[in-house]
Amino acid sequence: MLEEDAVSLHDAPTRSLNMIEAINEALDVMMARDPDVVILGEDVGYFGGVFRATAGLQGKYGKNRVFDSPINECGIIGAAVGMAAYGLRPVPEIQFADYIYPGLDQLVSEAARLRYRSAGEFVAPITVRSPFGGGIFGGQTHSQSPEALFTHVAGLKTVIPSTPHDAKGLLIAAIEDNDPVIFFEPKRIYNGPFDGYYDNPSKSWKNHAGGKVPEGYYSIPLGKARVVREGAAMTVLAYGTMIHVVEAVLAEKGVDAEIIDLRTLVPLDIETVQKSVEKTGKCLIVHEATRTSGFGAELSALVQERCFYHLEAPIERVTGFDTPYPHSLEWAYFPGPVRIGEAVDRLMKD
Amino acid sequence: MGESPVRSGKPRGNLPPLELYVPEPKYRPGDKVDYSHLEIPEAGKLARPDEACEASETWPLTTDMIRVLGDDDKAVGPWNPNLDPESLRRMLRNMALTRAFDDRMYRGQRQGKTSFYMKCTGEEAISVACALALAGDDMVFPSYRQQGILISRGYPLVDMINQIYSNRADRLKGRQLPIMYSARDYGFFTISGNLATQFPQAVGWAMASAIKGDTRIATSFIGEGSSAEGDFHAAMTFAAVYNAPVVLNVVNNQWAISSFSGFAGAERTTFAARAAGYGIAGLRVDGNDALAVYAAMEWAANRARANMGPTLIEHFTYRAEGHSTSDDPSAYRSAHEREEWPLGDPIMRLRNYLIAIGEWSEEQHADMDRELAEDVKAATKEAEKNGILGHGLHHPFHTMFEDVFEELPWHLEEQAEQAIRERQTKWPEWKE
Repeated sequence: MLEEDAVSLHDAPTRSLNMIEAINEALDVMMARDPDVVILGEDVGYFGGVFRATAGLQGKYGKNRVFDSPINECGIIGAAVGMAAYGLRPVPEIQFADYIYPGLDQLVSEAARLRYRSAGEFVAPITVRSPFGGGIFGGQTHSQSPEALFTHVAGLKTVIPSTPHDAKGLLIAAIEDNDPVIFFEPKRIYNGPFDGYYDNPSKSWKNHAGGKVPEGYYSIPLGKARVVREGAAMTVLAYGTMIHVVEAVLAEKGVDAEIIDLRTLVPLDIETVQKSVEKTGKCLIVHEATRTSGFGAELSALVQERCFYHLEAPIERVTGFDTPYPHSLEWAYFPGPVRIGEAVDRLMKD
Repeated sequence: MGESPVRSGKPRGNLPPLELYVPEPKYRPGDKVDYSHLEIPEAGKLARPDEACEASETWPLTTDMIRVLGDDDKAVGPWNPNLDPESLRRMLRNMALTRAFDDRMYRGQRQGKTSFYMKCTGEEAISVACALALAGDDMVFPSYRQQGILISRGYPLVDMINQIYSNRADRLKGRQLPIMYSARDYGFFTISGNLATQFPQAVGWAMASAIKGDTRIATSFIGEGSSAEGDFHAAMTFAAVYNAPVVLNVVNNQWAISSFSGFAGAERTTFAARAAGYGIAGLRVDGNDALAVYAAMEWAANRARANMGPTLIEHFTYRAEGHSTSDDPSAYRSAHEREEWPLGDPIMRLRNYLIAIGEWSEEQHADMDRELAEDVKAATKEAEKNGILGHGLHHPFHTMFEDVFEELPWHLEEQAEQAIRERQTKWPEWKE
């Protein structure tokens, strides 16, 4: 299903791509369109990135525009801020979201604040790409979902795609955006729409509508959610990998839920959220990140503030546990079908 | 199972107990100060390597000190930039103006016209001489003590004071702490209160300039205290790896608020010596000698512009005043330090040199000081028409919510409405 709001060449032929190929294409499209776009990060150059997201780009655009960096996230993001001040549009890759913390000061105190503190003299049109989330046996340092740290910062936008189609259109929009964007890529669904049933054979994007990716340039505006499925029984708010898990659980239970893929956490598409909850009267929020002060807490507060008199049941929040991501017990941590299913049952009982 | 030695906590054998070393400055309040341990070489003694030399050729200079102006008020040696008298007088004037400006703004803070101020007394040569050695469009990523660069580049004093007062004419809309200027048109990056973040940013700017085949270089300044930040290592590594056209300056003024330079590692080696660890060029310069500072920056800028890579410069100086208006230096260091500082006062040294070569006089200097004080006073009066901090004449209220993002998102729109409601409740007659 192609989104109506996608600014796309609707007659452009589509192909089945996985999410990595779609991201690679978005980078390719933007490097071709805008000579100010540069890519830097650990292993992104000759090798093309540990997940291959930048494969072939150095060969195509040269070492001046796609290059490896020292293992120093403070330097990667700090240099990107300086490049942006010069007038470039850098797209740094942080190899895993778990590695982003040494660069946090440069993101939080610098990139996010340049426009405000200089009254618009200096801006930071930087898109920080970073794979995040678990489900690949990455242990506690290759599985985290730190999106709430960034949604809490004034001046940053946070974007998380859930399909190859969206990944390409959203990444193009993020690169074109004149504010700093944190672009978290759910690495568990790089190769296929993982639905949480980890014992089942993995699926590929080939047979999924979201894997159909138009050729060439198109962008999906930041701040617009996608209604994945219309329904009446409840509203489910989710993003990234969790979209596919939620879809599978609700299909299995035969619940006619409305599933909203937020796509952008900041700025949030509050209109779509509000409209849906007012219609269904019930709200389930699902994310993989730890629970306490997670983005679900913000969503829950917003829904309560805006839709209280429409609510027929307490808002349900399904999240990862407040522990580091354990290696051997990865699936016990992951908010999978059982945890989501319980919450759905509770909501349906009321 | 025997008891683990790790758990027992007992010393092994007859080894001595380990001791933690916590550095302590030589002098505390009331102490008599003796700087005879400082190695201050004679002016003119050090060789000036070719700007295109191997980085390693500069390393002996990193543990020595480049000096041009001698105690006899002569400019000597291969580092003498041989500036014409007109340039020397301009340099002197900018330094004196910087000091006059600082004095007036400091008093303004004490009179309650603003919340905060930071002087650069004793360090004027560093920013002023560097500004003159750079091209006017080279990009500066300053710390909070390089007001001399803005002044040298001709940024209007009134605009600086408007910023300090956070008034309705403040180009930064009253959002930044006083002295955290931003002046894109003057090649002056927005100052951050988070120390040393500008160091890797300058390297990134320089890399961008190289990516685009530009001819402009970047330079950045940090204090010796914040050279302890990880950003310093990030900047040095990136500068070295990409051979970035950047000049990285550490202004070693001996004190980071109340922490002496020993807490940044100064007891072990010089700050300039860190260049060798990264394999880049390094220079250590008498920071109170405007000619030596000029020569060092000129050398490094020429080197960067010729694609010969980055240079780290340590400017050895002394912070003659407090860190800011918020601290009292007499509470942590000896007042005699300033009097005994062996490198003297940068303005007096340049003034005396100009007098010695017959290009300046005491009368001219006194006239200039009076004139500059009047200029600053006039600019202050002009700026005060736009308001002082806390007296209502700030930027329009809604600007508080602008520039967080390029466009105002719904949640900020809602919060702006709330803020305006609060204001109308407090001042029902308020209109904007």
